[in-house]
Amino acid sequence: MFYIYCPHCEEHREEEEFHAAGEAHIPRPLDPESCSDKEWGEYMFFRTNPRGIHHELWVHAVGCRKFFNMTRNTQSYEILEVYKIGEKPSITSAAAKLQAQSKVQEGV
Amino acid sequence: MAQQNRLIEGGRIARDSVINFSYNGKTYPGFVGDTLASAMLANGIDVIGRSFKYSRPRGIVAAGAEEPNAIMQLGATEATQVPNVRATQQELFAGLVCQATNGWPNVEFDMMSSLGSVGASVMPPGFYYKTFMYPKSMWNTYEKFIRKAAGLGRSPLEADPDRYDHYNQHADVVIVGAGPAGLSAALQAGRSGARVIIADEQAEFGGALLHSKESVNGMPAMAWVASVVAELATLDNVIMLPKSTVNGYHDHNFLTIHQRCTDHIADRAEANVSRQRMHRVRTKWVVLASGSHERPLVYGNNDVPGCMLADAVSTYINRYAVVPGKQLVLMTTNDGGYQAAFDWHEAGREVVAILDTRSYKGDQTSAVINRARELGIKVLTGSAVVEVQGSKRVSAVSISSLNSQGDKLVGDVTQLSCDTVASSGGWSPAIHLSCHTGSRPVWSDEVIGFIPGDTVQKQLIAGAIGGAFDLQTALAQGTKAGAQAASNAGFDIDLDAAAPTAESVAETAPMALFHIPHPKETSRAPKQFVDLQNDVTAAGIELATREGFESIEHVKRYTALGFGTDQGKLGNINGMAIAAKSMNKTIPETGTTIFRPNYTPVTFGAIAGRNCGELFDPKRFSAMHQWHLDNGALFEDVGNWKRPWYFPQPGESMQQSLERECLAVRDSAGVLDASTLGKIDIQGPDAREFLGRVYTNAWAKLAVGKCRYGLMCGEDGMVFDDGVTACLADNHFVMTTTTGGAARVLEWLEIYQQTEWPELQVYFNTVTDHWSTITVTGPNARKIVDEVVDDIDLSNEAFKYMDWKAATVMGVPARIFRISFTGELSYEINVQANYGMRIWEAVMDKGAAFNLTPYGTETMHILRAEKGFIIAGQDTDGSVHPYDLGMGWAVSQKKPFSFIGKRGMAREDCVKEDRKQLVGLMTVDPKKVIPEGSQAVDDPKQAIPMTMLGHVTSSYYSACLGHSIAMAYIRNGHKRMGETVFYPQADGSAIEATICSPIFLDPKGERQNV
Repeated sequence: MFYIYCPHCEEHREEEEFHAAGEAHIPRPLDPESCSDKEWGEYMFFRTNPRGIHHELWVHAVGCRKFFNMTRNTQSYEILEVYKIGEKPSITSAAAKLQAQSKVQEGV
Repeated sequence: MAQQNRLIEGGRIARDSVINFSYNGKTYPGFVGDTLASAMLANGIDVIGRSFKYSRPRGIVAAGAEEPNAIMQLGATEATQVPNVRATQQELFAGLVCQATNGWPNVEFDMMSSLGSVGASVMPPGFYYKTFMYPKSMWNTYEKFIRKAAGLGRSPLEADPDRYDHYNQHADVVIVGAGPAGLSAALQAGRSGARVIIADEQAEFGGALLHSKESVNGMPAMAWVASVVAELATLDNVIMLPKSTVNGYHDHNFLTIHQRCTDHIADRAEANVSRQRMHRVRTKWVVLASGSHERPLVYGNNDVPGCMLADAVSTYINRYAVVPGKQLVLMTTNDGGYQAAFDWHEAGREVVAILDTRSYKGDQTSAVINRARELGIKVLTGSAVVEVQGSKRVSAVSISSLNSQGDKLVGDVTQLSCDTVASSGGWSPAIHLSCHTGSRPVWSDEVIGFIPGDTVQKQLIAGAIGGAFDLQTALAQGTKAGAQAASNAGFDIDLDAAAPTAESVAETAPMALFHIPHPKETSRAPKQFVDLQNDVTAAGIELATREGFESIEHVKRYTALGFGTDQGKLGNINGMAIAAKSMNKTIPETGTTIFRPNYTPVTFGAIAGRNCGELFDPKRFSAMHQWHLDNGALFEDVGNWKRPWYFPQPGESMQQSLERECLAVRDSAGVLDASTLGKIDIQGPDAREFLGRVYTNAWAKLAVGKCRYGLMCGEDGMVFDDGVTACLADNHFVMTTTTGGAARVLEWLEIYQQTEWPELQVYFNTVTDHWSTITVTGPNARKIVDEVVDDIDLSNEAFKYMDWKAATVMGVPARIFRISFTGELSYEINVQANYGMRIWEAVMDKGAAFNLTPYGTETMHILRAEKGFIIAGQDTDGSVHPYDLGMGWAVSQKKPFSFIGKRGMAREDCVKEDRKQLVGLMTVDPKKVIPEGSQAVDDPKQAIPMTMLGHVTSSYYSACLGHSIAMAYIRNGHKRMGETVFYPQADGSAIEATICSPIFLDPKGERQNV
């Protein structure tokens, strides 16, 4: 069970309080009508599902109800960072190779 | 009755407390301090079960969690039956009742053994797969007999009378295991002020020291343990959990600890006392000091009762004062194994010989060999037991000399008489927990075992789990790890504190030997068991590799190696070594299987805790629930809500109730508790714009005081919810959702506002529970509502259909919505929930003169179906868009913003001609109700598989129309009005129906507009 730092509440809470809401950084096309069926299909259905570094959207569902982003390693289940909507991840799969050690999850 | 194998003194047992227990219906004595296993051995019980596949007699092998054979069914009553209890871990209590789980009709005379003895070559690995797979239909027949023969224990037939708890805890340092390493760690971490939890599966702390004759800090080991426990008890920041198994190590340092609070006292707990407790602990750091399991050697007939682990023999003698036999032959690959022979000798029984598998050069000797010879014990070096004689008890062993690699016998096979064979193949670190979070263990040639590998958890290891098998090193590692963990968790502590001291003894290197060769090849030799619980033999593993199973994971699944409740604690390493050798690979090349939670079996009670019975799932009740109960409502679960289903009167059938309720609404008036509908309060200057984006229809011009129905779609254009939203003020709306969809819709609104359109100023809050909603509907609704409303004009001119008004009802502020889900004149009275019951009762009171009839969800469904109103989730399934529903009128293609669903419903597949579309159905036989889910076909005589056109989503008998009606999907249905389709049924008949508009009643909507 994950131990998740909510960047809005600014504290660690148990996974039971959160919902995962899929992959992060998939913006809704600004002009849907100009999208082809294929482009709209990609937006709706296609996800990267990586082994390793993944950027995810989570919501503190039974807490502050705010959404935020999480960079998580899908192999080790390490949560490498959380950041607010609109912010960019500081850890990406390319950068992570350089940074072997994760940001420590402190708290408890 | 005498305890024939009990020594007259010694052991950590209370000799003045004799207690009786029952095994297979017979009573035996034991002492407080015994385990069930030690008491059984004290009473000379050799056979405690029959083996899984071959039905061979089996005895107790080990003294702890690794025990594969002594799996008992516990419980004095039906309700307290517990399967899968390891006799070696169950503390004895007065009145304990247990049964052997294997063996039919009983363990002494077993029906299956006739098959087992003949069946040596009849039941190879994969036997069940190969034999019972075909024909598939026969599996149910086979299974009964296989299960009965295998005897896997049984669950109780009555409800568990005991209570179980969950504790959620936070800690700085959790220490797993209270042996020398764990206790040293706890001392350091505890002294630092860190919040420490130290848990151990045994009743007493001490681990291996509980049966050790070693010294720590110059005092007997257990005196040192007592001093540590005494100090820890003075520290408020330390929680000591004996009888508590850390069964799971989960992500982000979350541990599940299963504490058995009363299992050592009685068959069931006292009233108001928890029998077991699950601690769910989140900790900053973990110190794994879980020790190791002794590894048996694999030799012929090594499953005959009397074959035991060397350290288990020492444990029974030293801790329980039980010598489990008279004449011992000990076989060992290491110095540590000798201790069992020394203890046996000291107990005054005969040690026939020590067989040390290691070859010594010339007159080379060692401390343990010299000590054995001083005691007059015969030591044969470079020798091994190749085979055991006996069936229900060892009677003799065949021994032979080995070459120095241990892969060939040299010289003749000779015999020794004995009744017990103890073997030690070294120690396998108990790495289970370290594997739970996905860390791969690594092989160490030095340790001759797998040790924990790299991990992302904040975890340290100390002692035997890392291969530090000697006491001095374990104490030093524990001390260091405890200090380091506390320091890492942010506590100030001396990282170089002195460790407790123990005597360090020089040892001869152990030998990496797993499988003793036999004069015959493995496949022809007597069975050499690797996994006793699953009857996996060395020959079986070799056969699996010959049949092409090269991955150790496949070998495991094919042979069932390590599949039992013991998870192969004894057999896994031996099995991997045999597989590796058979494939000419090294053990690290072969790899290992991974342990998963739980370390030992956990009761369902402990897993469920208090989340059972009434507390299993939350229930939600409206403010009028008691009235519904008092008036005989039957209830339907909708989400977590308990909604009245219908209100039967005495003697009525369900159908009669529904017809009465429906007719009352159409003829006069009915009342529905609609409080459970989701209600979301929406405020902000951009609320109107936001609604326009999430609903398919237009909201820009909805005036204050007006209501509008809306459809909500996903980005794929498919309908997922619907409801009425009212404009309370220019920047304030209240949205209703389906009862079950409320939470999902709120999250849907939030995700779009927060992630896509954060520039829109709009805020949402759930107000479902804040309001009670009383829907009064029917031709007389106005007259009834008029009686309870204090201050507003309800006339059609003053209060139009699809308006809402603030009003005072019986002195209570209310919002009244003139909307209708029945097609009748309707008023939905919303009051603050704590006034709900009072207003409901007032409405009922005033409505009596008009036969105001309460109705439930079933009548609501019929009434709305008569009007063709959909229920999202019943008439939609995520694959239909508004046009499929014939609700294109609710889609505004002119809105400037591309609302959610607009692009999706314009996809090629969504605009094609022959989509399934929602239509109405009138059955040709007016009494025949088509079962919901029935599939339409054009030609009921077509050969199977028929061409299916779509299914029935809603189907009822309408008393009001005197006719069966249905809503259904039909391919291209909107263009097939008036055509006939058939609904074939399971009994071979087909129901004929005519396609029509789904609006069966009052198509112009005149009844609601009066």
